[in-house]
Amino acid sequence: MKRVSLVVTLALAAGLSAQAASAQTLKTVKDRGMLSCGVSQGLPGFSTPDDKGNWTGLDVDICRAIAAAVFNDATKIKFVPLSAKDRFTALQSGEIDVLSRNTTWTLSRDTSLGANFTGVTYYDGQGFLVKKSLKVNSALELNSASVCVQTGTTTEQNLADYFKGNNMKYEVIAFATADETIKAYESGRCDVFTSDVSQLYAERLKVANPAEHVVLPEVISKEPLGPMVRHGDDQWFDIVKWTLYAMVGAEELGLTQKNVDEMVKSDKPEVKRAVGTDGNLGEQLGLTKDWMVRIVKAVGNYGESFERNVGSGSKLGIARGLNQLWSKGGIQYAPPIR
Amino acid sequence: MAIEPRKPPSQLLTRLQRALGGRAGWSGFVLQLLFVAALAWISYEIVANARANLQAQRITAGFGFLANNAGFDVSQSLIPYSGSDPYTRVFVVGLLNTLLVSVIGIFFATLIGFLIALGRLSPNWLLARISGGYVELIRNLPLLFQILFWYLAVLAALPNPRQSISVFDSFFLSNRGLVIPKPIGQAGFEPFVVAVLVAIVAAIALWRYARRQLFQSGTVIKVWPYALGMLIGLPLLSVLIFGVPVTFEVPVLRGFNFAGGSRLIPEFVALTLALSTYTAAFIAEIVRAGILSVHKGQMEAGSSLGLQRGSVLRLIVIPQAMRVILPPLTNQYLNLTKNSSLAVAIGYPDLVSVFAGTTLSQTGQAIEIIGITMGVYLLISLVTSAIMSFYGWRISRSMGG
Repeated sequence: MKRVSLVVTLALAAGLSAQAASAQTLKTVKDRGMLSCGVSQGLPGFSTPDDKGNWTGLDVDICRAIAAAVFNDATKIKFVPLSAKDRFTALQSGEIDVLSRNTTWTLSRDTSLGANFTGVTYYDGQGFLVKKSLKVNSALELNSASVCVQTGTTTEQNLADYFKGNNMKYEVIAFATADETIKAYESGRCDVFTSDVSQLYAERLKVANPAEHVVLPEVISKEPLGPMVRHGDDQWFDIVKWTLYAMVGAEELGLTQKNVDEMVKSDKPEVKRAVGTDGNLGEQLGLTKDWMVRIVKAVGNYGESFERNVGSGSKLGIARGLNQLWSKGGIQYAPPIR
Repeated sequence: MAIEPRKPPSQLLTRLQRALGGRAGWSGFVLQLLFVAALAWISYEIVANARANLQAQRITAGFGFLANNAGFDVSQSLIPYSGSDPYTRVFVVGLLNTLLVSVIGIFFATLIGFLIALGRLSPNWLLARISGGYVELIRNLPLLFQILFWYLAVLAALPNPRQSISVFDSFFLSNRGLVIPKPIGQAGFEPFVVAVLVAIVAAIALWRYARRQLFQSGTVIKVWPYALGMLIGLPLLSVLIFGVPVTFEVPVLRGFNFAGGSRLIPEFVALTLALSTYTAAFIAEIVRAGILSVHKGQMEAGSSLGLQRGSVLRLIVIPQAMRVILPPLTNQYLNLTKNSSLAVAIGYPDLVSVFAGTTLSQTGQAIEIIGITMGVYLLISLVTSAIMSFYGWRISRSMGG
C-alpha cells in the first residue's frame, strides 16, 4: 500500500511525497554531487550568466558559498532559472535545494508555501522607472499612467495599494517574465516600469539608452530579499542561514578573499573560532571545521560580494545604504559565530 | 457525431463490453467492474496522499484562499473589479476575458476561413493563388511567434497617446489601443431597443413568408425594400417620440492616457488578430475539403436549374459540405480556445494569466488552482463540442440523413 501510493504520488503529484519523506537535503545534495539552486532568468547583479555562460551575482554567490561549504568546490552547482511565477513550485517539488532568486520575505510566503526564508541578502524597496522625457519628478505625478509589472511578485500588490492609497488611477499590464516587461516598457506600451529598486537599476542596463530613463525618488515598500528552503529539514535550514551569516560575519571580522589564508594563522579567539582552528562550529552544522574559510575563499565576504556584483565594482553602481554593516550605519548583522 | 442511428437500449451491455474490448458474458463484465473499482481506488489514493504530504510539509491546502482579497489590479475586465475583491472575482474576470477572446476569435476565424476557402476554390486565378499563399504562410508559422509579431512589431509601432492617430477627434489609435466614444443610455434607450427588435422580428417574418410563397406558388416577392424601411423607420419613429437613445462620451487626453470613452487594449487586439488569422488558415482547408467532398454533379445540377454560382454554393453545396466540415471545425474551435492561453506572453489578462499565474504565485496553492483551471478548460471544450454536435444533429435531421 505504501509503495503503491508513493509511486503514484511521485508520478502525479509532482513528486511532493518523495521530498516530504526525506528531510535529508544535505545527504541528497552530497549523494548527487551537485547543489541545485533556483535563480532568476537573468537579473544583472543578482543572478545572470556572464559572457562566458557562468552564472554571477549576489544571489548566485549565496549558492556558490553553500556549494563551497559542502563540497569545497563552488562550481558543483546546477543553476535552474525560474520565472517569478514558477519559483515556489520548483522549491516545493524538490526540483531545487535552495531558492536564491531576489524573493521578498513576507509573512504569508513564510507560512503558506511550505518553505522558510533563511535571512536577508539584500534590503530592497519598490520604486518606479520612467522616461526622462515625461518630465515626471515624483511618483505622485503618475495619475492615469500605464504601468508595466512582472506578474507573481509582491510588486503587483504594493502597486495597487500605493495608487489606491493616493487616490490615483492607473492601468496595469502584467507580464510573465522580466524581459517581456522591460520590452513592453521600452516600446512605449507603459509610461512606468515598477519593481524593486535594485531590479530597476539592473533592468535599466537592458534598454537601448539607459541615460534616458530615471528611477523616481519614492520607495513605496519594504522588500527584504532572501533565500528560501523547504520546511521540515532544520539542518539544511541552518546551513543556508549560516552561510549568509558566515559572509556577513567574515566582513565584520575583516576576513577577505585575499587575506583569509593569512587569517587562518591568527590567534584572535573570534577569528580562530571562525576559521576552525578553535572548536568545531562547522561540524555542528554538519559541515567541516574550515567551512567559513571555504566560503570566503570562494566568494569573499558579504561586502566583497556586494561591491563586485551590485556595488561600485559593477555596472549597477548601487550604494551600500541599508545593506552596510550595522556597525557602519546599515542593518546587515550576523548573530555571534560561536 | 450523432449521424448514425441510435441502437435500442437492450444491447447496452454488449455494446459496453465491445467498447471496453472485454469478453462476452458476465465474467467479462465483472472484470471490467473490478478494473473501474481499481481505477477509483487509485484516484482516491492520489488525492489522499497529496493531501497528507502537503500537510506534512505544512503547505496550505484547500479552497479557503478563494475568499481572500486579491489585492492586485487587472487591465481589462468585463465586470466591475478592484483589488479589494476576492480571488473568486479574479477567477470570473479571467474566465470572461478568455471567453471573450475565444468567442470573438471563433467568429472571425470562421468568417475569414470560409472566405479564404471560397477564394481558393474560385476560378479567378489571382484570388485562388493569394488564398493558397495565405494558408501556406499562416499555418506554417508558430502561433506564439504570430502573437508576438502582432503585439511587438505591429501594434507597438503605433505612436504614443500624445501623438495618436485621431479621426474626427473622437476615435484615437495609439500604442495604448483604440479609444472610441462610449455610448451612454438616455431616456429614449429602451424604446429604441424595442423598436429595433420589433423591426428585426418583422423583417424575419416577412422573409419567411416570402420564401414560403416562393416554394408554394413560385411568386417572387421583393423583401428588402420593406425590411429596410422597417429597420430604419421604426427606430427613427422611436427617436422622434421618445428622444435620443444614447449620447456619446468622447475620450480626451488627460495626463498619460485618455480619460472617458471605451478602449480596446492592444493585448486583446493582438491576441484576437493572431488567433483568428491563424485558426482561419486551418478552417479554410477544412471548408475546402468539405466543399470538394460534395459531388460535382450537385453543382452542375444546380447550375442547370439556372441558379448563379453564389446561390449554388449557398443553397446546395455548403449544406451538404457541412456534414464533413463540422467535426474538424469543432476541433479548430477547441484549439482556438485552448490556444488563447498563450495570452500570458503578451500580458492579456486571461484565465491562465490572472488565475493560474498571479493568483497561483500569490497563494502558492498550485494543485488547487491548476486543478480548477484544467476543469474550466475541459468544461469549455465539452460545452463547445455539445453545441457543435447539436448543430450537426440538426443538419443531419434536416437532410433526412
